[in-house]
Amino acid sequence: MYDKFLIVEELLKNVEKDGQIIGYQYGARLPYYRGVVLSLVGEMDLTVDNEAVSPDQMTVTLHGNTYKLADLENIITDKWEFGEVGIITVLKPGGLKPGEHKFKVRQHMLISYVRGGFWGGDQKTLSLAG
Amino acid sequence: MTAAHSIKRGVSLYSFQDEYFHRKLSLEDIIAVTAKLDIPGIEIIGDQMIPGYPNLTDAFVKQWHGWMDKYGRTPVCLDMFLDWNQYKGRVMTFDERVASITKDIINANKLGCTVIRVIHDVQPEIMEKLAPTAEKYNVKLALEIHAPHHLDTELEQRLIETFERVQSPFIGFTIDMGIYTRRIPRVSMDRARREGVNPVILDYVDEAYNNHIDNQTIMETVVKMGATQFEMPWINQAAHNIYVDPRRMLDYMKWIYHFHAKFQEMLPDYTEYSIPYDEIIPVLIEGGFSGYLDSEYEGNRHIQDVYEVDSVEQVRRQQMMLKRLLGEA
Repeated sequence: MYDKFLIVEELLKNVEKDGQIIGYQYGARLPYYRGVVLSLVGEMDLTVDNEAVSPDQMTVTLHGNTYKLADLENIITDKWEFGEVGIITVLKPGGLKPGEHKFKVRQHMLISYVRGGFWGGDQKTLSLAG
Repeated sequence: MTAAHSIKRGVSLYSFQDEYFHRKLSLEDIIAVTAKLDIPGIEIIGDQMIPGYPNLTDAFVKQWHGWMDKYGRTPVCLDMFLDWNQYKGRVMTFDERVASITKDIINANKLGCTVIRVIHDVQPEIMEKLAPTAEKYNVKLALEIHAPHHLDTELEQRLIETFERVQSPFIGFTIDMGIYTRRIPRVSMDRARREGVNPVILDYVDEAYNNHIDNQTIMETVVKMGATQFEMPWINQAAHNIYVDPRRMLDYMKWIYHFHAKFQEMLPDYTEYSIPYDEIIPVLIEGGFSGYLDSEYEGNRHIQDVYEVDSVEQVRRQQMMLKRLLGEA
């Protein structure tokens, strides 16, 4: 559900630190009708321009709090709210080149009343201004 | 002429989830809509529209009651979930489950709700353990019977045994009217078609459902027909419905505390495409039900890929239908 709205294209930009481009970020939502504690947010499989992005290079920022994807499974004290746009930051020296980039995401939700949880997914072509 | 009754109308704010998701409407805007549509009762899902739930701040509770006064609405029901898998590597213990639902009971009471929609996967032993707490806070625990379950499935029959033995007016059922789905909603069939599912398979599913073939046989047959891993979730979503006889409710009305008036598509003629409300509401009246009947719009999910969802109009139509069937119009 809400699959067409999981990738928020308007928020794509490169990330700078100390004068260098260290990566890029975009907006993301969860494919579910309620907010969940972070331990219920399963795998986030991101592919950009047909290349899988390693989860080790990704963080999510929710209402000011930043987490490594690998740490989410231990967190029950914070939530990803319903419809909330989280900022996904991908570390990649040089970031993305200006122009179009194909984003594809598959998101697993570890919801207890569905055996094995369920998946949602979105794909969009995002444009980065030059 | 409709017989006398004291059934009350409400709406689950789940119905407006699409507008809330896109932040087109805030929670206050949604409550204002319910007043405009003349819907007295409010049902809310804590995790959906209350940031930080289950940690209710005093500020939020004050604001909530302020809105109830400002818009003249009555809080009725809080929907909870039991995320028993939230601790990495283990499941919640019995005591942790009781503690989690106790928090929901306290929250419901803070919000002025007198019913909790209890999620389906809560065991009878937990309901029994919580009956005194529910009574203390004057909140009925109403476990939701939702397709593919109904009053005669195994867990429900065990719950009825428990209710009969414990005899507490604070533990019972919510019934989701999706269990009276006479034909497959065309909005979910159309969605499956748009997603590229083989129309031959969809035609089979439609015909089999109308011929009362059970869900398991239908799904086994579509596998034999060559349904792909991609197609299966869409087929399942369309096929995952049931129809049982509404009159079975009359045997257990004592334990039915709340209803979700589920709907996928209200037509311009104020009927629901797949659920025969004109046959169901008279049963509630005959059975002497006196709680809330809460609209629960779900069709948004099936059309949001290509249409702009208008939940307000869908809820308006269903409430007009319910008013007529309840003899108010």
